[in-house]
Amino acid sequence: MNDSLVIAGKSYGSRLLVGTGKYKDFDETRTAIDASGAEIITVAIRRTNIGQNAGEPNLLDALPPEKFTILPNTAGCYNAEDAVRTLRLGRELLDGHPLCKLEVLGDPATLFPNMPETLKAAEILVKDGFDVMVYCADDPIQAKMLEEIGCVAIMPLASLIGSGMGIVNPWNLRLIIDQAKVPVLVDAGVGTASDAAIAMELGCDGVLMNTAIAHAKKPVLMASAMKKAVEAGREAFLAGRMPRKLYSADPSSPTQGLIGS
Amino acid sequence: MIQVTINGQNESLDEGLSVLALLQGRELAGKRLAVERNGEIVPKGRHGEVMLAEGDRLEIVVAVGGG
Repeated sequence: MNDSLVIAGKSYGSRLLVGTGKYKDFDETRTAIDASGAEIITVAIRRTNIGQNAGEPNLLDALPPEKFTILPNTAGCYNAEDAVRTLRLGRELLDGHPLCKLEVLGDPATLFPNMPETLKAAEILVKDGFDVMVYCADDPIQAKMLEEIGCVAIMPLASLIGSGMGIVNPWNLRLIIDQAKVPVLVDAGVGTASDAAIAMELGCDGVLMNTAIAHAKKPVLMASAMKKAVEAGREAFLAGRMPRKLYSADPSSPTQGLIGS
Repeated sequence: MIQVTINGQNESLDEGLSVLALLQGRELAGKRLAVERNGEIVPKGRHGEVMLAEGDRLEIVVAVGGG
């Protein structure tokens, strides 16, 4: 079955996108990402040491852009200007590739997104030629605004970044999925495999996660679990679940031919 | 000597230094990084020709683990 995820005109076999933060070392990062099967991986953009520690290993040597689609993000930015500057640096770093993840935070305690600044940054970035995948609140109205601006994927939170609380408002996600003409990916909040499966069963086009894998007791095993959960959830969505009934009086085994009748 | 700010730190550099020469001096040339000078990207292809000037503010960044 050809069921690829298409973002900005490019097809991907995996609907699981993963972050590269919070791992013990680059070896564990690479092993977990290989186990997840993810093709799109997010990275942060930060100041390098300027000669104090020459020869320090580089993340992109462990995860070469020739093999993975690298999604530079703006994690840690609290206004549109910093986010735009960060992504212009990310584009230069990755030799001009335009796909990026926009994320503008509003509160350091909860990491809840700042939607006015997110909308402002999205406008500037789309005009500047970026393909913007955008982290946002699970607000269908603002999700629509981001789509109208020209974002290539809408990525509402399932719950707060790093919380592992799972899908706390499936109904808002459904509203966003039902109206969107671009892919909708849950970004943030997934805690374990069943959360990822539920997101996919709701009709999400993909799931982006980091902490759920990196902070599992066994990250590589959890990465493998997430791969299966996303695939299982996707297949269940496509298969179409049976309706929920309180009871049915319709057993799965024949009611005729019982012995002793 | 000129005074510049690199990644938020004040530094004294020789005059007539290009971005490329600075990167070479810090063993950063050829690495996967990006340079911004006074708010504008300096494309890789121009590192050799863009000369640093008094008061420049440079950001030199790399990709690190993130979500």
